Amino acid sequence: MPAVELLNISKSYGTTPAVRDISLAVEAGELFGLIGPDGAGKTTLFRILTTLLLADAGTATVAGHDVVRDFRAIRNVVGYMPGKFSLYPDLTVQENLEFFAAVFRTTVAENYELVKDIYEQLAPFKNRRSGALSGGMKQKLALCCALIHKPQVLLLDEPTTGVDAVSRQEFWHMLGTLKARGITIVVSTPYMDEAALCERVALLQEGQVLRIDTPAALRAAYPWPLYAVRAARMHPLLQDLRAYPAAHSCYAFGEAAHLSLRQPAPDAAARLTAYLTGHGHTGVVVEPVEATIEDTFMDLLAQRQPSPNSAHDQPAQ
Amino acid sequence: MKSFLMFVRKEFYHIFRDPRTLLILFGMPVALVTLFGFALTNEIKNADVAVLDFDKGQHAQQVQHRLFSSGYFGLRDYATSYPDVAAAFRQGHVKLAVVFPVGFSRDLDHLGHAQVQLVADASDQNTAVSLVNYATAIIKTYEQEHTKRPAGAGPRVEAVARLYFNPGLKAAYTFVPGTMALILLLVSAMLTSITIAREKETGTMEVLLVSPMRQLPIIIGKILPYFLLSFINGLIILALGVWVLDIPQRGSLALLLAETLLYILVALTLGVLISTRAASQQTAMLTSMLSLLLPTLILSGFLFPLESMPLPLQTVSRIIPARYYIVILKGIMIKGLGLRELWRETAVLAGMAGGLLLLALGSLKNRLA
Repeated sequence: MPAVELLNISKSYGTTPAVRDISLAVEAGELFGLIGPDGAGKTTLFRILTTLLLADAGTATVAGHDVVRDFRAIRNVVGYMPGKFSLYPDLTVQENLEFFAAVFRTTVAENYELVKDIYEQLAPFKNRRSGALSGGMKQKLALCCALIHKPQVLLLDEPTTGVDAVSRQEFWHMLGTLKARGITIVVSTPYMDEAALCERVALLQEGQVLRIDTPAALRAAYPWPLYAVRAARMHPLLQDLRAYPAAHSCYAFGEAAHLSLRQPAPDAAARLTAYLTGHGHTGVVVEPVEATIEDTFMDLLAQRQPSPNSAHDQPAQ
Repeated sequence: MKSFLMFVRKEFYHIFRDPRTLLILFGMPVALVTLFGFALTNEIKNADVAVLDFDKGQHAQQVQHRLFSSGYFGLRDYATSYPDVAAAFRQGHVKLAVVFPVGFSRDLDHLGHAQVQLVADASDQNTAVSLVNYATAIIKTYEQEHTKRPAGAGPRVEAVARLYFNPGLKAAYTFVPGTMALILLLVSAMLTSITIAREKETGTMEVLLVSPMRQLPIIIGKILPYFLLSFINGLIILALGVWVLDIPQRGSLALLLAETLLYILVALTLGVLISTRAASQQTAMLTSMLSLLLPTLILSGFLFPLESMPLPLQTVSRIIPARYYIVILKGIMIKGLGLRELWRETAVLAGMAGGLLLLALGSLKNRLA
């Protein structure tokens, strides 16, 4: 039996559809990612799963309980971290944790072993008010509070948004540890690089599922030959690459541009270097690269939208 | 039960860690009751008076002595001519001038009556009327004591008014119960109205909903801390009323406290009801201010007598909790009544508390939106 299951779920706010006919299943003990930009419907899905919102159509279960009929049961067995920091800023670290333990009819001591690794990092600040913590510390405390009742399913809505790179890495490491203890985790993120840390991900766009698969399979499914191109000046480089006759698509990707070609060709790199040098670029480096999940995501988007080459300069993560 | 107690403890933390809440809770009531009690009064105390004495006789002296020893008037100016008096009025130095004409003492001795002229500054007509009335009363008394009535003058009919419960017509008897009712209602309702709204605004409500916590413990948990603190508040206000503003406490103290607790409960449930409906703290604050301050001020019988209002307004005033509490307060403190006379008002308040609690419970949503 899946730990989380959605069947044909749809939800609109007024006339604006937020989630359209989504079906997916998360296996028990899985670390599952909902990946998509803002407005893809991630938060709405979480609120339906946490029984905070009622779907317009479709059914869903969490830990075997129906989200409408057995909502009380679900509220006992899930740990939920909303996208916005939702602890009491005027309570200290320790008071927050004790409060949420009591709300879930347990004690900090009873399940301390589960949160020990995370809480030890917070222990030096345990008498500090949670509103005065740094972003990363706030998220760790929120995770502790969501875990303190030993939930069967952990639902985390964008836990790493607005958190520095080091804290993000630590956070994902903690999720790995929790998964090893058998807790099912559904986590959402707008960062494509974090998708690779999940066991399986659902790529979401405008309330619909583009694809559900493992990160490796998603990368492998990328159909085009892909090159990372570097040159001294980035902006004209992108323009010239998009004008390149053999180009299929081109996006800025950190310090490089990712260019996909319509056809594989053995001498493609050399021809491209010549083309760019001819256009006055200096310091040109062309290397074949493996597709990332972001490349796959952009390609899936392009398939849905007729004019992919417009202005999809995704900021690099 | 433990989760409920933790919830209550959390609420106390919120209150004691927020100086603004504490200020509203304890500072505002004390300031307002004192302010209303002392300043909002139409009693006359030591009003400035000018005297223009053309008579200089014994009776004129005696009358002046009576006026200035009454406590209502204070001698400000000893004028020598009418232009002096006019100037004093123009400059606003005096509120009242007493003019003794030439031959005042002689007329009183020989004719049995004499005339005094009272000139009042009627730009403030309430004060003017009161001053003239007070002065007239004092002068009349003097006249009656010192004139020898002709033997065959015949019987006179005189109406003697006796003012029950408040013989001194002290304004504090009206203002203090009204102010107490207003302040207790406003403070209790305003503070609770922001509490649930705050949880919604900060997102903590979202986490609380996805927990085994039910609606009833949340609402009771919100009410309980404020219930205790508001009761302390009520005690302070009552003590101020009795010891500083000289309101009598003629009835049962236990009944008075019990009724005050009941009234606070009504105010708190009202606040929680507003809180469950409001999306933000600001909306909650404004709603409770607007929907409680003016109706309570105008329709509770505090400032304007209900009997003289048009029927529709009288009907509306029946849903104003302060109306009943004011009747109860005056009944117990000033008239010394007991539950036997006040059971109707008590029942109405109890009904309101129960009804509002059910409404609040019904409107605290189980889910978002």
